[in-house]
Amino acid sequence: MNRLSADNVTLAYDQRVIAERLSVEIPDNSFTVIVGPNACGKSTLLRALSRMLRPNEGRVLLDGQVIQSMPAKKVARTLGLLPQSSIAPDGITVGDLVGRGRYPHQGLLRQWSAEDERVVRESMARTGIGDLADRYVDELSGGQRQRVWIAMALAQQTPLLLLDEPTTYLDIQHQIDVLDLCADLHEEQGRTLVAVLHDLNHAARYATHLVALREGRVVAEGAPKEIVTAELVEEVFGLRCQVVDDPETGTPLVVPAARRARARGTAEKTEKAPETAGAGARGGAEVSESATGAS
Amino acid sequence: MKATHIRAVRTRGGLSLRVDARAVTVVVLLVLVALAASVALIGTGDFPVSATDVVRTLTGNGTRIQEYIVRDLRLPRVLVGLLVGAALGLGGALFQSISRNPLGSPDVLGLGQGATAGALVVIVLFSGSATAVTLGALAGGLVTGFAIYLLAWRRGVHGYRLVLVGIGVSAMVTAVNGYLLTKADIVDAARAVVWMTGSLNGRDWTQVWPLLVLCAVLVPLVLVNARGLLMTEMGDDLSYALGVRVERVRMVLMVSAVLLTAGATAAVGPVGFVALTAPQLARRLTRSPGPNLVPAMCMGATLLIVADLVSQRAFGADQLPVGVVTGVLGGAYLLWLLVTERRAGRI
Amino acid sequence: MVVDSVPETRAVSASAPPGRRAAARAVGLLVSLVVLAGVALASIAIGAKELPPDQVWHGLFHDTGTYADVVVDERVWRTLLGLLAGAALGLAGAVLQALTRNPLADPGILGINAGASAAVVTAITYFGVTSLNGYVWFAFFGAAAVGALVWFLGGSRGATPVRLALAGTAISAALYGYLQAVMIMDDAALGRMRFWTVGSLASATHSTIVQVAPFMVVGSLLALGLARPLNAVAMGDDTARALGAHLNRTRALSMLAATMLCGAATAACGPIVFVGLMVPHLVRSFTGPDLRWILPYATVLSPVLLLGADVIGRMVARPAELQVGIVTAILGGPVFIFLVRRRRTTQL
Repeated sequence: MNRLSADNVTLAYDQRVIAERLSVEIPDNSFTVIVGPNACGKSTLLRALSRMLRPNEGRVLLDGQVIQSMPAKKVARTLGLLPQSSIAPDGITVGDLVGRGRYPHQGLLRQWSAEDERVVRESMARTGIGDLADRYVDELSGGQRQRVWIAMALAQQTPLLLLDEPTTYLDIQHQIDVLDLCADLHEEQGRTLVAVLHDLNHAARYATHLVALREGRVVAEGAPKEIVTAELVEEVFGLRCQVVDDPETGTPLVVPAARRARARGTAEKTEKAPETAGAGARGGAEVSESATGAS
Repeated sequence: MKATHIRAVRTRGGLSLRVDARAVTVVVLLVLVALAASVALIGTGDFPVSATDVVRTLTGNGTRIQEYIVRDLRLPRVLVGLLVGAALGLGGALFQSISRNPLGSPDVLGLGQGATAGALVVIVLFSGSATAVTLGALAGGLVTGFAIYLLAWRRGVHGYRLVLVGIGVSAMVTAVNGYLLTKADIVDAARAVVWMTGSLNGRDWTQVWPLLVLCAVLVPLVLVNARGLLMTEMGDDLSYALGVRVERVRMVLMVSAVLLTAGATAAVGPVGFVALTAPQLARRLTRSPGPNLVPAMCMGATLLIVADLVSQRAFGADQLPVGVVTGVLGGAYLLWLLVTERRAGRI
Repeated sequence: MVVDSVPETRAVSASAPPGRRAAARAVGLLVSLVVLAGVALASIAIGAKELPPDQVWHGLFHDTGTYADVVVDERVWRTLLGLLAGAALGLAGAVLQALTRNPLADPGILGINAGASAAVVTAITYFGVTSLNGYVWFAFFGAAAVGALVWFLGGSRGATPVRLALAGTAISAALYGYLQAVMIMDDAALGRMRFWTVGSLASATHSTIVQVAPFMVVGSLLALGLARPLNAVAMGDDTARALGAHLNRTRALSMLAATMLCGAATAACGPIVFVGLMVPHLVRSFTGPDLRWILPYATVLSPVLLLGADVIGRMVARPAELQVGIVTAILGGPVFIFLVRRRRTTQL
């Protein structure tokens, strides 16, 4: 049985129901990514999985127990969360902030052990911010700050890690950096990662298990290579596209159909406009003309 | 190589205690200043007593007159001042941390007004005794504090809503107070206005013991939850994810903060701006992020005693209530805040 | 269960064609005027002392030589002051809300009343200025000074509703502390100020009105004329500039208008809270955010609120009366809290 799963959950905020009787299993040791259009419930699902949101019906299970009834610190030692927006207190240094991730392992009389020191050092080294320890978090760039938050989540030393849109607000280089880091955590350290990503191509590239949601229902789940097809993309996102193989990784790459975008090349090619890559593509890398033939 | 500059004191049994060297230094210094000011304050008055005599009397070697003056008249005043200052400093730090706003202090949120309302009801409607007034004030402060918390509660308490509800309640209670003042005869009104300006005059041992008990119970309770509070400053989501029982911590601390503030206000009347400025001054000194609870407590005690000392020395004994001095200091602090914010380019 | 961020719900509002909306609003305005006239009449007819209606009617037009004359006379001036002060406070509130983009702005919450009050106290106690005409200038100065101070403390351009409200309340606390200190030290001040600090229409006389009316009228005209520029400002600095609005000039003139209105109203009646807050909110749900409608409505409906509160105050505590400042505070507080509770945390 998988460690983390949602069993027939109904999720709602006040009276607004986001998802009804949703069941999702997070495979152990996977890098699961949840994708879907806006307001499909992906963040809501993540919040439910991380215990932030209590399901109106159904239950979320962690290691066989209902997560809501487990002691807070115990959950915090098993499940780590990187929320979408967190507040860095004024005047805090990087080292201090990462150190706060050790809270679930500490107590009134065990406030800062040698082990804590070691784990923090390692987490910062792994995220590449080891030399920033004494800098103030307010002074850092967006990309660096995100790495600090990730280091903090790492310092929690949890076998499962949930990330809520970790790449929003970052430029492309840092987005790839963060995702590569996540891939490392997954492969080298054997952690189970669950991330909500809004970029479908990133998701297809990095995930080992993809969950596609629409309006609170799971439309498809499985390995990206198996489920990412043009039909799925149209069903989930309402986007006409073709799906090619990513020339770098071989994973599925979504190329949106061009409706009004400037068609490259000659008049003949413009007659075949739907197959040409165009501007205004959602996420996704640029596709060279040579690839248009290979669908 | 150290990853952080967090220092800890560790024992062999696996126990470890976090130590912030700068904060500890600040606390020690504040305590020393408070003690020195206390000794000076005990020596001040219509019958001056030198510092050495004060110390001697406290250790039991003074003359009969000195014993009476120090032990029965002035020591309780100073103790009340220290305890009230500490309670206000701590309460203020808690409120500011929970409301996530440096201006979210109990003075602003209307607890002072609430206590005043309780006192006024007793004075104007019942012509009560001093003890009755104190009890009325305590009840008023508690009811107002909890009403604000409940009114701001909606699936949890968020700092901003708490602040705004407090402002609304404060405005209402202020109006009620104004009405009660107009209803009173001139004698009661004068008595009321005197109470409404916090003062240490005439405080004796009957105020010291309840305050001592209050602090002895609440301070440890607060400190136990201090680390949880520290985490919540990063946002509810993250602290929840780290295993902090956010709602429980917040509720315990709010209740403690209300009790501390209401108790302090009931004992001496509303003393403005200690709860507002002590936590912020403490933080500027320790330069450490977080609520800085113990430094705020010590700073509050120091501020109040020093303010009283200044008032007694500069204006004569029992002339100017300490509440006026703290009010003026508070106004000056606000202006200074304005200037520094301007310079920092935040304006 | 603590939830920091809740997904946004987009409200879909049905919109009638513009012509019909304007017509509906114009009709509404006329209806409001009628209501205002009704409340004004009630204010004259009802009071702490019972007078039968025919005596009131008679007393309005003829000198009967009885006690009724005095009462009716007094009520007429009182009603007039209520009309003027109500309009002034309502307009000032609407202008401040647009200017600060803060739905919770109110001259009382923002400390402007406190500024005016402290200045008046100082004038009366330390400068011996006892005529209204004298201390109304102090009131203006106090109102303006505090207005500017609160604006800066609240963060100027980056001011959020909470920061402004807090800055206002903190400054009010400081100023009322000063007021109290004065009252402690000076018995005469205590005797006088404790009545003045509770806003009341009872001190209305012919001379009072004559002295403050010009300021209120000028301030009102200024405010009404600023409706269009303020519409632009309310949409954000960048948008406003793009629309060609003169930001600084509009800001300065708006502050001037608000100061004149609040200063005059406070000088005449003492501090009154929540009128400037409640009416624009009530109006906005009917008219939408267009200040060209909100301001006229505020001018008409705020006196309805103020006079209504005054009438209630006169009826509730017969033969004495409950001052209008207290009634508006007690009525307005729950409204304020309700508004606060309704808003999402992110909007605060």
